[in-house]
Amino acid sequence: MEPFEKLESRVVPLVADNVDTDQIIPARFLKVTDKEGLGERLFADWRYEADGSPKPDFVLNQPRHQGAQVLLAGANFGSGSSREHAPWALVDWGFKAIVARSFADIFQGNALKNGLLPIPVDAEAHAALAAALEADPAATVSIDVAAQTLTLPGGEVVEFPLDPFSKHCLLQGVDELGYLLGFEDAIAAHEARRA
Amino acid sequence: MGTSHESAGKTLFEKIWESHVVAREPERPAVLYVDLHLIHEVTSPQAFAGLEKRGLKVRRPDRTVATMDHSTPTLRRADGSLPIVDEQSAAQLEKLRANCEAFGIELFALGDPRNGIVHVVGPEQGLTQPGMTIVCGDSHTSTHGAFGALAFGIGTSQVEHVLASQCLLQRRPKTFRVTLDGQLAAGVTAKDLVLALIARIGTGGATGHVLEYAGSAIRDLDMEGRMTVCNMSIEAGAKAGLIAPDEKTFAWLEGRPRAPKGEAWAAAVERWRQLPSDEGAVFDRELAIDASALEPRLTWGTNPGMGVGIGEAVPDPSSVGDAQEKAALEKALRYMELAPGKPLLGQKIDVVFIGSCTNSRMSDLRDAARIFEGRKVPAGMRALVVPGSHEVKKQAEAEGLDRIFREAGAEWREPGCSMCIAMNGDQLSPGQYAVSTSNRNFEGRQGKGGRTFLASPPTAAAAAVTGRITDPRTLLG
Ligand code: SF4
Repeated sequence: MEPFEKLESRVVPLVADNVDTDQIIPARFLKVTDKEGLGERLFADWRYEADGSPKPDFVLNQPRHQGAQVLLAGANFGSGSSREHAPWALVDWGFKAIVARSFADIFQGNALKNGLLPIPVDAEAHAALAAALEADPAATVSIDVAAQTLTLPGGEVVEFPLDPFSKHCLLQGVDELGYLLGFEDAIAAHEARRA
Repeated sequence: MGTSHESAGKTLFEKIWESHVVAREPERPAVLYVDLHLIHEVTSPQAFAGLEKRGLKVRRPDRTVATMDHSTPTLRRADGSLPIVDEQSAAQLEKLRANCEAFGIELFALGDPRNGIVHVVGPEQGLTQPGMTIVCGDSHTSTHGAFGALAFGIGTSQVEHVLASQCLLQRRPKTFRVTLDGQLAAGVTAKDLVLALIARIGTGGATGHVLEYAGSAIRDLDMEGRMTVCNMSIEAGAKAGLIAPDEKTFAWLEGRPRAPKGEAWAAAVERWRQLPSDEGAVFDRELAIDASALEPRLTWGTNPGMGVGIGEAVPDPSSVGDAQEKAALEKALRYMELAPGKPLLGQKIDVVFIGSCTNSRMSDLRDAARIFEGRKVPAGMRALVVPGSHEVKKQAEAEGLDRIFREAGAEWREPGCSMCIAMNGDQLSPGQYAVSTSNRNFEGRQGKGGRTFLASPPTAAAAAVTGRITDPRTLLG
């Protein structure tokens, strides 16, 4: 994984609540045995017509949102299936962070494991960002992982929670498996104790 | 561990958690040992690929068991063959077979008598046992909590972690006890109980918590009903669902292929008796629900929390003040093409699906058969009955349930996830309405454009034989 320290980006607004992983990536696209190319399937049922042509009014299809790396979602984003294909598809499309009112547990963990930063914000900050994007769709936010801050287009700085371990992994670009494997002795001792 | 809870006794969750923490560093998640790792074809290929890339082995193949279920075919042809619908599914199944062979993992492959939906076969084989930690790359792993095991779904990266280290990095969740007292009315099932709970607390209502279900209504459920309740925990956002093991649990497990035998059995039961939450144990949250007041339930919308009692009307967004909630209701009603403020009774149905890890076990099939018996599925209506495993299929056939379903005009299929996730060719067509005993009514979950009403097996069967949403209690005589 690449280290993730700072980011300045435009924002794609998709402010619905309870966007579940079946919407993020429908189950029929889970038959892959690798992770590549899932970005094209991101939000497939909202994004494409039955004949496969893109729906021009869906946010991800609008030219002005191409290249944006931050998604603005509603509450309980990523509920439903534990499929990691959901963060893979978001990352493959180009997203690096998601700002939302709240996230589903499994999704939040899966996102962080793939270098995708979930930023939960309160109703006030959420409304301010949504309004700023309405006024100027090209407005940008900036994210500072070390400081755990999100700077809104108007300059307002919002702090967000991030557990120290995930923060360490993001900043260093390291992953959890390496950390876990370092506990070999403790794992073996646990097994011996309980055998 | 040293918290204020100590003097007050421990919860079931705390006992399991504490006995599985291998290590814990300050400011880091705990390293939690996994007793049983279940895998299937959809969420494992990238995990095995990751192991190969790093040159790692599976640490405990003896604690890992695989099955094929998500994309397996359920429709046997007249010539006895069971063709896989598409090349991608076939490739994914073959990948699982090859990975299991290469890494020495036991596989309940297609055609194996032990094959079936992962959350049906785990308990059935006696792999699932009280006090264990169990994970699987599937969110309905919470099912196994019915046995007093801490069981939860994980993503593919974590599947890789467990394969390599038999451990997971986990933050300690909070505890939430839901006490359901009172006797369920006739025609009201475990499914109705859990749908009522989700409607009450919402799809994010238990986020960050492990639910423990307690109370007389839970004690009175059989093990299969308890599995149904725990299965849906995730639909309330919970990390896991737990039910304390009791005599019913032990009786259900005894003699199963992987359950301990002889002296080991007696010792295990002795251990398991220590698991239930201590008197006075403190939960982070508590909720009580009167189970005797419940009626059969249905979801009307596009998440499992959007549900009503079968006699109630669908909500009317115009009576809702909160703008976001109003928008969500409107969006769901639009997708479902339902009139606000109208009852669901009488709503025309195109397809009925009885199956999935929520409701595909013997008691579910018996409940459904009671309503199918002597009745007919109307012309133009399709009803699928998909047993959860080969074991269930065999037993149902021994009891003659298959004959009841077939004579009523329902399709009796081979086991698998089938229309719960619509990956194997069993799916709704756009615009169709289904009553389904599965666990998710998300947009397109059962096929693009399909519309799902989640319900219990009796309610689904009642829809199957009348072609409409019908109160099953009117058909129970
Ligand atoms: S039946 Fe449905 S919910 Fe259960 S494991 Fe299969 S796909 Fe998942």
